[in-house]
Amino acid sequence: MSTALVIARHTFTECLRRRILLIVPLVTAAFLALYALGAHYAFQSAEGTVGLRAGLVDAVALAGSTLVGLSMFVTLFLGASLGIFLTFSSVRGDAEQGLLQQLVVRPVARSGLLAGRFLGASALCGSYALLLYLACVVITGVIGGWWPTPFLPPGLALVAAVIVMIALSLLGSVFLPALPNGIVMFMVFGAGLLGGLLAQLGDVIGSPSLRTTGRVTSWVLPFEALYQDGLNSLTSSATGLTRVVVRLGPLGGAQEGGAWLLPWAALYVAITGAVALAAFSRKDL
Amino acid sequence: MASLPGDPITAVLEVRDLVKRYGANVALAGVDLEVQPGELVGLLGPNGAGKSTLVKVACGLVRPTSGAATICGAPAGSETARAAVGYLAELFRFPPWLKAAEVIELHQRLSGSSGGAGETHDLLELVGLGRVKDRRVDAMSKGMQQRLGIAQALVGSPQLLMLDEPTSALDPAGRASVRDILEEVRSRGISVLLNSHLLSEVELVCDRVVILSRGEVIAQGSPHELSSERGVEIDTGSGVRKWADATRADIPRLVAALVADGVEVFGVRSVKPTLEDFYIEAVKEEAG
Repeated sequence: MSTALVIARHTFTECLRRRILLIVPLVTAAFLALYALGAHYAFQSAEGTVGLRAGLVDAVALAGSTLVGLSMFVTLFLGASLGIFLTFSSVRGDAEQGLLQQLVVRPVARSGLLAGRFLGASALCGSYALLLYLACVVITGVIGGWWPTPFLPPGLALVAAVIVMIALSLLGSVFLPALPNGIVMFMVFGAGLLGGLLAQLGDVIGSPSLRTTGRVTSWVLPFEALYQDGLNSLTSSATGLTRVVVRLGPLGGAQEGGAWLLPWAALYVAITGAVALAAFSRKDL
Repeated sequence: MASLPGDPITAVLEVRDLVKRYGANVALAGVDLEVQPGELVGLLGPNGAGKSTLVKVACGLVRPTSGAATICGAPAGSETARAAVGYLAELFRFPPWLKAAEVIELHQRLSGSSGGAGETHDLLELVGLGRVKDRRVDAMSKGMQQRLGIAQALVGSPQLLMLDEPTSALDPAGRASVRDILEEVRSRGISVLLNSHLLSEVELVCDRVVILSRGEVIAQGSPHELSSERGVEIDTGSGVRKWADATRADIPRLVAALVADGVEVFGVRSVKPTLEDFYIEAVKEEAG
């Protein structure tokens, strides 16, 4: 078995033994219950909203896309948080605790250790994000009868966004001790979201500078661009006034990533991994 | 390149003019050292002498500033060198959620060891943990974890075992058990570089001792050589008199001469310092 697979399996076993795979599903179930309750009331209320009764706006589409859009934000946050917590002490944190040296002395490439952490965390957190997204979509569909079209791309965009955060967290772990790295990663996450909001604000108030600032931030931290692309595809099938209302609603202004977003995200992860590996290879432990 | 069968015997560890600087701080200032096959070498020195850095360079955890270190002829840190090394850090931890046998199995997978369950059983028995192979690390005492660490370091039958303060947290019984383990390891033909502050342990178990101070080797030799006779002291009526170059064989002649001169002799002793005496003297001299 390759080093990367051994370490990925080790990461999975750690999650199992530390009861992460028990606690996270339990908390997630509570979240989904709350979401289902919210969806129930949202669809119930949407029918009675002024303007929607006139038939100008598809109330079900508005409520459904808004709910799934909000759930996507929570999914991104939970998936990214899980990814950060699984990786933020992978190198320097583990070395300071004396966990890493024993492993690195073995005749294995340091790249294998890093790749294993990345694979293990990505598989776990990516699966989690996708399952949570699907659960929210199914709850929305069952309760309100609204299903996103296309169905899967928003979820896959979230998976990609979580993987980008994991790559960043691993890179940070090479340079920073566990706690500072965790803090920095949440600040980076916040900065990315802020970039997205700035771009949306720039669109609304017609400020090209603000829009450019926000968009550059989104591409520098592409998890945000991926998230926005997912949101955008969620509402892409809406038409007429419904589309306008949906775009100006809580999801407003989500930008389409375009054809270059996924290749850029893949390249970004590769570059992040290469920088992390180069630094890790030269690091005294 | 690692030595091949039929090649002349190569030192298991060979360090030449090794220098390591951390910024302005010099951790190693040109160290030369060899560990021969089957040899058990003790590495002594005060805190900050560079012992741990030397061991880490040999393990490939730290890159030297200049000089060279080889393991069985292969550059330290190379995959070949690391395959020949077993290491236990001074401050180590195993994942607390792993069981003893799982720690060994994890390292077997990483080292590519084909020993399987037999090796796991053998190593845990060697360190006296055979009965607790299913116990989680977080339920083990410090001493048990230390012994598990030694078992882990022996995975894959390394040619050189490097132990950084393996007995520092142990009680006397624990230290004795580590001593027994080291004797067994030596009997298996494995070389050991033992970094320790406990001079009495080193004196008991090591074939050779190297003393480091301020990043330099200031003395080396067998414990016997380093703690060899350092003169004779005779308690006379006018006080204790010392003959620094005399040995036990000179005592009858010295006593006879004193008695012939009318000096009263109340006691005689051959001065034989312990390794600790020698160490303290050497380190004091080095410190100026």
